[in-house]
Amino acid sequence: MPVVKGVGYSLIHAPNILYHNGTTQTSERKKNPQSEYLAKLANHLRSYETALAYAPNQVYIGNIGMDELRSIPRPWYSSPVAKADRFGPYGEIMPEDEFYGLIKIADSFDLVRLEAEFSAAVKAKLARHRYLGNELIKRLSDGKELAQIQKLVDDQGAEGLFIAGRLVGCVRSAHEIDENLSAHVMLENLVTKASSLLPLFYLLTTAGAKPADIDYIIECSEEACGDMNQRGGGNFAKAIGELAGLVNASGSDVRGFCAGPVHAILQAASLVKSGVFKNVAVVGGGSAAKLGMNGKDHVNKNLPVLEDMLGTFALLIAADDGFNPVIRLDVVGKHNIGTGSSPQQVMTALVAEPAAKLNLKLGDIDHFSAEMQNPEITEPAGAGNVPEANYKMIAALAVMAGEIARGEILQFVEKHGLIGFAPTQGHIPSGVPALGYFRDQILAGRAKTCMLIGKGSLFLGRMTNLFDGLSLVIDKNPGLKPAETGISRDAVRQLIAEALRDMAQNLKRG
Amino acid sequence: MDLQNQARIKELTEQYGGENIVMLLGGAEPESASIAAETVTVGDPTFAGPLAGVSLGLKVYHVVEPEIKAEFDPKVYEEQVAMMEMVLDVDNLVAEVAKMRQEGSK
Repeated sequence: MPVVKGVGYSLIHAPNILYHNGTTQTSERKKNPQSEYLAKLANHLRSYETALAYAPNQVYIGNIGMDELRSIPRPWYSSPVAKADRFGPYGEIMPEDEFYGLIKIADSFDLVRLEAEFSAAVKAKLARHRYLGNELIKRLSDGKELAQIQKLVDDQGAEGLFIAGRLVGCVRSAHEIDENLSAHVMLENLVTKASSLLPLFYLLTTAGAKPADIDYIIECSEEACGDMNQRGGGNFAKAIGELAGLVNASGSDVRGFCAGPVHAILQAASLVKSGVFKNVAVVGGGSAAKLGMNGKDHVNKNLPVLEDMLGTFALLIAADDGFNPVIRLDVVGKHNIGTGSSPQQVMTALVAEPAAKLNLKLGDIDHFSAEMQNPEITEPAGAGNVPEANYKMIAALAVMAGEIARGEILQFVEKHGLIGFAPTQGHIPSGVPALGYFRDQILAGRAKTCMLIGKGSLFLGRMTNLFDGLSLVIDKNPGLKPAETGISRDAVRQLIAEALRDMAQNLKRG
Repeated sequence: MDLQNQARIKELTEQYGGENIVMLLGGAEPESASIAAETVTVGDPTFAGPLAGVSLGLKVYHVVEPEIKAEFDPKVYEEQVAMMEMVLDVDNLVAEVAKMRQEGSK
């Protein structure tokens, strides 16, 4: 069975990209440039230090456990973490200036220009980064004069890169008229590509893998790269792998709105189980478009704009090692085209049916991870506590199955649910951020079976009103059977017989 | 309520007449349900969409309201809504939508 051999999770604090490139802000600038929201927004942006000390962000990189988050009083933005660290066991939280350097490193077509002094300062910082080797740092070429960058922004439609309102660089358009290669789209795509590098580097470390070990990459972020002749042509996966030195890998991109990552994991696990590949990396970079998506509600309610983090992750799905948690492929929960789209039908298909097929009660599943959005972001926007709503639905299914009484719903939620902590980056909250936690819990013997649930709203693409979802059961590894260890029973018998014969001969000689 | 949905509702109302349309909500949050109900009765409170300043006065209900539940085949309701009925804040949802209905439905 395929295993989850390692995980990487990183965040990038990106308040200036939020301000200039998030779609809520760009739409407002087009429709209502003098709006009160835009006037107030800058005063609601967080500093890097504030974002670093925000408890859900520390959970994301693994410095704070789920149980600890539960005990930190809300609002979390008023309860900064005392020992906030940039680096954690799963990854890091990168500041925006260094990320601009990473965008330049990820730029293969000389579209990114950084101001000379800024570029030199960022290069010095990134040169000290634990995972960026000389080959990557060398790609940060000498910067350009500010006047030249300003001209590109003013006259040629380049997208500015800012730090605290100061222009420090730009991303140029890659084509005269093709909207798919416009400066705006190129910035979004470069953000995705560059941000994917971070979790990938941490993944290789946690999994104890070398870049050359990876056979295939499945990329599952929010964007599509292509041109006017093929809008979503791809291939982010190979572009990212090239940068990370995964020289033996090929790859491709998988999409499914927020359910994309679980589709990607399913495909990765299937490729491993079939024996086609041994090591498949699943990677998702951050979404610039979704930064500040609910900013209007946050500003209206006088809150900090909390959607200032680009979320990223990378996973290594590998051949069975007898140790790491396994991804069950004998039973997969899936929302079929004929399933129906009511929440009850969706949750029955994704949770109750696969559990029943595995002869599991819902209460036998230690933890579920569905939509792990941070409630502090969604509640002010009127969307409620999304993970809690999911857990209540699962508990209600347990009531309908006669497992628990109706009065035990909240206890079920408390026992099997997790607190939402993920940035609302679409694909990021959808099940995957808890996979690291699942892996740790299972390896520590504190959990045996967990369920990963991805859900996607396909109507957003205006091609269908169907819903979408997939779920996977992650289990404790039962250990390799003798046949899988490479030594057969007969071989063991033969080894014992030879040892006994040697011993008898030695005794004779003695 | 998103702008496309507002446009569709406005169009349907013009086509069939408001008296022939019942707006059925299924949202989970009382606050959002209230805004949706307000949008199709007195008009879009955010003044962003096609229903800004347009009072359609539609009859609006949430699917968990008793009048609506009574219209269902109990088996269908059990299969499609019973789980959510257990989870939702039914009292508040009903109160919010009923309030907008009383204030704005024609």
